[in-house]
Amino acid sequence: MGEFDFSVWQPSLPFIRDGLLFTLRLTLVAMTGGIVIGTLLALARLSPIAPLSRLAGAYVDLMRSIPLVLVILWFFLVIPFITGSPVGAETSAIITFTAFEAAFYCEIMRSGIQSVPRGQVHAAHALGLGQAQTMIHVILPQAMRNMLPVLLTQTIVLFQDTSLVYAIGAKDMLKAADVVGKNYNRPVEMIVLSALIYFAICFSLSLAVKQLQNRVAIIR
Amino acid sequence: MNYHWNFGIFFEPVKSGDETYLDWLITGLGWTLAVSLTAWFLALAIGIGIGALRTTPSRVLVLLANAWVELFRNIPLLVQMFLWFFVVPEFLPRDWSLWVKQDMPAKEFVTAALCLGLFTSSRVAEQVRAGVGSLPRGQRDASLALGFTLPQAYRHVILPQALRIVIPPLTSEFMNVFKNSSVAFAIGVLELTFQARQMQEDSEQGIETYLAVTLLYFICAFAANRGMAWIEARSRVPGLIARTS
Repeated sequence: MGEFDFSVWQPSLPFIRDGLLFTLRLTLVAMTGGIVIGTLLALARLSPIAPLSRLAGAYVDLMRSIPLVLVILWFFLVIPFITGSPVGAETSAIITFTAFEAAFYCEIMRSGIQSVPRGQVHAAHALGLGQAQTMIHVILPQAMRNMLPVLLTQTIVLFQDTSLVYAIGAKDMLKAADVVGKNYNRPVEMIVLSALIYFAICFSLSLAVKQLQNRVAIIR
Repeated sequence: MNYHWNFGIFFEPVKSGDETYLDWLITGLGWTLAVSLTAWFLALAIGIGIGALRTTPSRVLVLLANAWVELFRNIPLLVQMFLWFFVVPEFLPRDWSLWVKQDMPAKEFVTAALCLGLFTSSRVAEQVRAGVGSLPRGQRDASLALGFTLPQAYRHVILPQALRIVIPPLTSEFMNVFKNSSVAFAIGVLELTFQARQMQEDSEQGIETYLAVTLLYFICAFAANRGMAWIEARSRVPGLIARTS
């Protein structure tokens, strides 16, 4: 057994808090942006316009078949060419995660939209709603509701995946733990602390999602 | 910004040493395959066991197996890599700890394969549990009525059917293993992502590097998909599961 000194946890707290705030900000921005873009992608995939549908499908398949770490590295390399100036690791991480998660939220929204019975569409049309109105007022609210637990589960996965910004050195919670661990020469204690924090957050969120799952019944 | 394309870069020698960049990528592919395949077999062996335990009548076993799954599902893979690499050796008895830190051969590889294997086992367990749950109750009841013990019922009746049912979801887990193996770069396994970062820094031809590595990951995922499809076709029970793919 090595010797441990967990008193390092106390001075590390302000750094961990700042790191955790970035991790949470990244998660929330990527979730919001990802769901919005993902929904648009899902609409594109389901659209009768073949090139649009194929383009969206290709984007989703591409993102889903490359390791996330590689996507993070790709964006970090390519974004400066597009914007013309170097961007920080944090900005790059936010853009990457939004674009990457959109592909996953797209698949969830697509099956959500497909889970809404056709009768709803016919009824909406019979009531005089147009295509867009039917989508916005009838289908999407039900799709969202049906898929809420899955969307949240994906968000928990996203929250864990944000730790991979380690690859480009963005200052998230894990990085903060890493830096404090190096400064105080207590890396082991700091890894344990970050594991505990991740576990506590993810486990309680997943319990909450399970509760929700029992309460939100799928509308058929 | 201007970018100087140079697709010949792969055949040029690296800055220090007499290897070419292609050699680096081939080494990387080798380690990626080694980590992924070792982890996958570990994940199958443990995941099937844990998944089966979660469907037994014993509440204690179910609780333990559920705890296993929750533990590995709620900590990021990267943090798990660090836990196995830096933290676990500290908790071993002194002699073992020293051996692991100083003498263990291919330490990075063993740690990464073990970590990824256990991480994936929780996902396999989830699928296996669902597969066993989807079998009609009568299968279990009938085998017990025929005089099988519970382990025998699992061995000869329940698992052979459940495993065939879960091959499609397991296929996507198998493809995930290759993707997740990229996280092993963080503890210094010389796999594809590690080599990509190294080659980008050394050659300054980032786009060509990442294109090549992306292509190699694609090939791995595709091969995994075809391999599982082959197994799926071979293991199909005639008349039981009518799937066409």
